[in-house]
Amino acid sequence: MTIFRRVGAECVADFREDEVRVLRKVAEEVVGLLTDGFDREDPVVGRLFPDVYPEDVKNSAEFRRFTEGDLKTAKIDQAGAVLAGLPEAGKGEVRLDTESAQAWLRAINDARLALGIRLELTDDTVVEYELEEALEQDAGSARVFQLSVYSYLGYLQESLLEAVIGANFRR
Amino acid sequence: MTAAPQTVPVDKPDIDEASEFARPWVTIVHNDPVNLMSYVTWVFQQLFGYSRDKAELLMLDVHQKGRAVVSAGARERMEHDASRLHTYGLWATVDKQ
Repeated sequence: MTIFRRVGAECVADFREDEVRVLRKVAEEVVGLLTDGFDREDPVVGRLFPDVYPEDVKNSAEFRRFTEGDLKTAKIDQAGAVLAGLPEAGKGEVRLDTESAQAWLRAINDARLALGIRLELTDDTVVEYELEEALEQDAGSARVFQLSVYSYLGYLQESLLEAVIGANFRR
Repeated sequence: MTAAPQTVPVDKPDIDEASEFARPWVTIVHNDPVNLMSYVTWVFQQLFGYSRDKAELLMLDVHQKGRAVVSAGARERMEHDASRLHTYGLWATVDKQ
C-alpha cells in the first residue's frame, strides 16, 4: 500500500492504478453528495453538517442559513484537491504542498465519515473483524468493498498526517 | 467525634440575566467512531494553536469522556470555531458553559 513520505516541503507518494481509481471514485462520490445529491435528510449530510445547537432547532437553522453554503464549498474544494492531485488515470506520483496536503487530510476524513455512516460503524466496531465477517458472508458484496475502502482511507490518512507533521511536531 | 458539616442551603441566584457576562459560550467537540486520534490532535493544534500536549489531552477527553470543551468566549467566536471544526469533520456544537 502507498505510504506518503516527506520530501522537502512536499508530501510525496506513488499510487497504484487501483488506488487512483478508488480514490477518484470516493472523491467524486463526496462531491456528488454535496452537489446534485445533497439531501438534508441523509444521515451522511447530518454528520458532515452537524447541528450546532442540538437542542435548539431554531438557532441551529439560523446558523445553518448563514454557514452551510461556505461549509459546502469548503468540502467540495477539499474533495476537488484530491481529484486535482491524482493522476487522471493509471498509476502515478502524487506531490502535495502543505496546503494541498491539508485539504487532502480533510477530504479523506469527509469520505471516511460518509463511509462510517453508511457502514453504521460504532465505537465498538473493530473494522478488521467486520471485514472478516463480511468476507465470510459474501466476498463480492458492497459491504466488503466499502469496508476495505474505509480501512484503506484510514491508513492513507494516517500516513499523510505523519508526513505533514513529520519534521515540525514529531516527538 | 464531630458531626458531619452541615450544608447550608443557599438560595440559587437568578442567573439568567447576570450570566450573560459571567458564563462564556463554549465550543464542544463530541466523540465519534471514525476520526483518528492523531488527526483530532492535529486539528486542535492547527485550529487553536494549542501545544501538542494540550491538544492531546483534549483529544483524550473527547475520546474517554465523550466530549470536551475546546474553546470558550463570545458566542459568535464559538460559532466560528464550530464552523471551522466542521470543515475538518469534527463533530462540534456550541453551548453555554
